[in-house]
Amino acid sequence: MKLTKTILASTALTAVASMASAEAHMANEMTIVSWGGAYSNSQQQAYHNPYMEMTGVEIINDESSAEAVAKLRAMNEAGNVTWDVVDVVASDAIRLCDEGLAMEIDPDEMLADAPDGTSAEDDFGDLLVSDCFIPQIVYSTTFGYRTDMVGDTPPTSVCAVFDTETYPGKRALEKRPINNMEWALLCDGVAKEDVYDVLETEEGQQQALDKLDTIKDDVIWWSAGADTPQLLADGEIVMGSTYNGRLFSLIEEQDQPVGMLWDAQVFDLDGWIIPAGLSDERKARALDYIKFATDTQRLADQAKYISYGPARKSSAPLVGKHAELGIEMAPHMPTDPENAKNTFLYNYEFWADYRDDIDAKFQAWLAQ
Amino acid sequence: MSDVTDATTANQAPTPDDAARLADSKKAGPVLAADGTPLKRSLNRALRRQKLRALMLVAPLLIFVLLTFIAPIADMLFRSVENQIVSETLPRTTDLLGDWDADAGALPEAPVYKALYEDIFIAQERKEHTRLGSRLNYELTGVSSLFRKSGRKVEDMGEVYQDQFEDLDEFWEKGENWNQMMGSDDWLADHAAWNEDSGDRQPRFELRDDIAELLPETAAKYEIFANFVQVEDEDNLYTEDPWAVVYSALYDDLTGPNAAQIANYSGFGADKLQAAAAAVSEFETVDFAAAFEDIDKDWSSMDVWQTIQMYSPKYTSGYFLNAVDMQKTPDGPALRDENERIYGTLFMRTMFMSLMITGSCILLGYPVGWILANLPARTANLLMILVLLPFWTSLLVRTSAWKVMLQQQGVINDTLVWLGVVADDSRLALINNQTGTIIAMTHILLPFMILPLYSVMQTIPPTYLRAAKSLGATNWTAFWRVYFPQSVPGIGAGSILVFILSIGYYITPEIVGGTTGTFISNRIAYHISSSLNWGLAAALGTILLAVVLGLYWAYDKIVGIDNVKLG
Repeated sequence: MKLTKTILASTALTAVASMASAEAHMANEMTIVSWGGAYSNSQQQAYHNPYMEMTGVEIINDESSAEAVAKLRAMNEAGNVTWDVVDVVASDAIRLCDEGLAMEIDPDEMLADAPDGTSAEDDFGDLLVSDCFIPQIVYSTTFGYRTDMVGDTPPTSVCAVFDTETYPGKRALEKRPINNMEWALLCDGVAKEDVYDVLETEEGQQQALDKLDTIKDDVIWWSAGADTPQLLADGEIVMGSTYNGRLFSLIEEQDQPVGMLWDAQVFDLDGWIIPAGLSDERKARALDYIKFATDTQRLADQAKYISYGPARKSSAPLVGKHAELGIEMAPHMPTDPENAKNTFLYNYEFWADYRDDIDAKFQAWLAQ
Repeated sequence: MSDVTDATTANQAPTPDDAARLADSKKAGPVLAADGTPLKRSLNRALRRQKLRALMLVAPLLIFVLLTFIAPIADMLFRSVENQIVSETLPRTTDLLGDWDADAGALPEAPVYKALYEDIFIAQERKEHTRLGSRLNYELTGVSSLFRKSGRKVEDMGEVYQDQFEDLDEFWEKGENWNQMMGSDDWLADHAAWNEDSGDRQPRFELRDDIAELLPETAAKYEIFANFVQVEDEDNLYTEDPWAVVYSALYDDLTGPNAAQIANYSGFGADKLQAAAAAVSEFETVDFAAAFEDIDKDWSSMDVWQTIQMYSPKYTSGYFLNAVDMQKTPDGPALRDENERIYGTLFMRTMFMSLMITGSCILLGYPVGWILANLPARTANLLMILVLLPFWTSLLVRTSAWKVMLQQQGVINDTLVWLGVVADDSRLALINNQTGTIIAMTHILLPFMILPLYSVMQTIPPTYLRAAKSLGATNWTAFWRVYFPQSVPGIGAGSILVFILSIGYYITPEIVGGTTGTFISNRIAYHISSSLNWGLAAALGTILLAVVLGLYWAYDKIVGIDNVKLG
């Protein structure tokens, strides 16, 4: 009897103690989800380290951004969200917001103003594409080509991708319709401003697929961002699309004979969301982190480590030199005027509607 | 070794079952046990106790497997038919749409649009309308943005009524007045006694009975509103003003069939209510159909309404139809357009390539198993390590290594060019196609073939071969007539393992398969993690599971599952 009581009492005590320590634990620990590799490293240097130093919070990194939407949905259904801040691309943020899986953010209230007093909402401007999304960087999907495989006429237009006469060899394109359909239409004579009007129609979609069909045998389809740089480095392909930061590190850090083709690059955004359903304590911590990590200086700092453009207008003048290579970063930014002569902005609204439909056709076409 | 051969020939030890069978076979009069009960019953009882004890022994594992394996799979598969989201988000609309006949060619009537307004209004407060939009967008392109847009604008739609009531009398502006009018006496007393800062739970709103009878629509909407404020927002109901949809419901009630009884009402705010009842006839009204058309012309398109109607039921065959390249249409299931069919091809390809992989594993694994089984134990063990080595290397590393080997500027092509076997400008395409998948997966799955083959071959006495030869058989005859039949159970076990593993393989085809070497599992993964169409993924998974079970059954019929041995 006595023994039972002792056991019960000690169990209860341990339970209470562990609960108390869990409470204290929460506030001092957060899990941040991102993409891994050089990108996570840039965030570690620019955001995590200074924040940990400042507050003593322990930040745990999770590299699950690629499956963030599916995993957040599963966590939400299980009623146990273990992530505090998640780095996702804008289209995923829109979907998370649609599904009620991300918290709505009021930029003016929750984010830091620019140093000159401009409100956060104005500073981010049009880049606030969703109520739940706090933009961080502007990146672009664009082409790189082997300088030693294009002869004396390096490509200057995106249509070189469809020109297998002048530029023989394989090309790498992403295994999804987004971006490829736009480029195909553009190179099939559709004016830039009409691209999405055309793509809305069945005929337009067929037209884009027909254009892609002309190079189908010459294409290696990639699904991971690291594929194209590897294929370029191995000389497997003459040109290929990928994220501009990957090409930067291939060219500047690994010194490969590769050139950038900025023409018709497609801008996209990457940023933070805070999952819905966090406890008040964790939510407060996440908001505090976000406010710090998306202020003007921090966004500019990140550009020291990776060639993605900061999402705040006020950060642009503060972009300096690469932390290790010591080269000026501004000319390598996708938003640099020299690079941004002809650009697309990922059409979130359009692809949210047409993604499933066009993807089905695209995949059926691929499988033929 | 001996137990394998003996099991079929030797006498089996007597078991309790034998006695039961014996007792059963004796037709003439029941055999009695010592205590006088029939032997059969007494034996059965003893057996049952034994079985129960055995069941208790395995119970922990059984429960573990049920909870962590069977239940999640069953839950996932259930999603392939589940479709509650439409009727839960748009309960009033789907209810009214049940009677709508699309074939008549006319859009739904005005009440449907009003129900849609109420549904979308409540859904957007709960932030559920965009989820429904994503769900229906799988079936009809454009619904996603239609719902997002409508959710943003629906708030203004009913404000016409709210403004008019509030202009009429300030009384209608205050949440407090609404509470007094709608709440039951008990609740009002509880709420008055409740101290907001005490940390106690806010007393849950309760409707007053007579008002629910008098103003049924308003009461229903107000209850939803009160519930939302108290439970989901956790705000004090006294400080919140009602939603616009409550005012439009009040307008409906005041102009509805109960309007005459309002004069008899004597509860809180009776004079205000009666004044409002007198004034509503002068109110400006809202044409919801036109208002929705204003938001987006898609609301006057038959397609949208037909889709909502088609997907109103709680369970749908839509996902399964999609999974076999068909679609739901108003006229019943129909094949998709040629340029959208993909799953049939993928299922066939998955089957075909899994068979190819199994075949090449048998071809490569059989000689290795033979050598392993016939070498002296020490050498065999050393070689065994080589077979097992790949198990200790990460799957991704092995697959990526094949990339380096097989690509056009890779090791194999370079060697062939150097040897002069192929010309430099016509290097072989060994990767990003079916060849790549078959090569890489054969390599990865080979140990699963070799191991069962080896353990079966080890049990075949070498003396059988010697005996056959001493009786005059050639090497080939001895192998084919004597050795091979005894190794068939190993081939069976290895084939089942390799085939079932490869049919669900995902990561290797994704990396080396290009476009022609990918499996159905790659599509399932896409729908799970990218398109978030879990229903379709579940349907595809269910079909895959059914196909595998079907093949397993066929295998059992043809080869016999008893002939499969893992050792």
